[in-house]
Amino acid sequence: MEEQEKPLSLVLFSGTDDKLTAASVLAVGAAAMGRPVNIFLQYYALDAFRAGRVNDDHRLSPEATDAQAPVVRAHPGQHWSELLRQAKDVGEVDIQACALSMDMFHLRKADLDPIVDGIQGVAAFMASASDGQVVFI
Amino acid sequence: MSAIQIDKTIDARGMACPGPLMNLIGAIRQGQVGQVFEVLSSDEGSRTDIPAWVAKARHELVEVVQDANYAHFVVRKAR
Repeated sequence: MEEQEKPLSLVLFSGTDDKLTAASVLAVGAAAMGRPVNIFLQYYALDAFRAGRVNDDHRLSPEATDAQAPVVRAHPGQHWSELLRQAKDVGEVDIQACALSMDMFHLRKADLDPIVDGIQGVAAFMASASDGQVVFI
Repeated sequence: MSAIQIDKTIDARGMACPGPLMNLIGAIRQGQVGQVFEVLSSDEGSRTDIPAWVAKARHELVEVVQDANYAHFVVRKAR
């Protein structure tokens, strides 16, 4: 996979387990196919990446109906944090916390799970996104 | 199944997408060039993902055999 692929850049806004899982599946697929992946954690998604809280119950999005929620919860797929670790293992995946959201929640780098690589402003994130797609989840 | 010599079998039946592919990638990375890997997968996504990844990573898809409830993917590590 020597040829340089366009990056896939995911802005994670929602902090519910279903959306984090869906986003992590995209990340691991892109990484496996040789695309660099940039992940920018904002708002409620950033909160889910706090140290010691990754494996908490982050609930499901409002889209999940009462009938769907138990089906989603019972599905034996891997946890989103494990998918992200696999993505980092097979490819080039950079996970950055949004500086604005860090400030909003009074967080410092040490408050975040070590899977988060750093803190970034939006312009730096857009620079890494370059001419690849940016997906907001 | 044909008489291909399999060096390692990865039984990923029951794993959800993209688990079987990720297990294959892990095994191929640790293997030697020329080794043949077999993945057993009941995940529908593997039917598209494993051939796509093998082509992209420039390995060789030796064969795909569909059984009643799962598929065998035989892949040779080409580089």
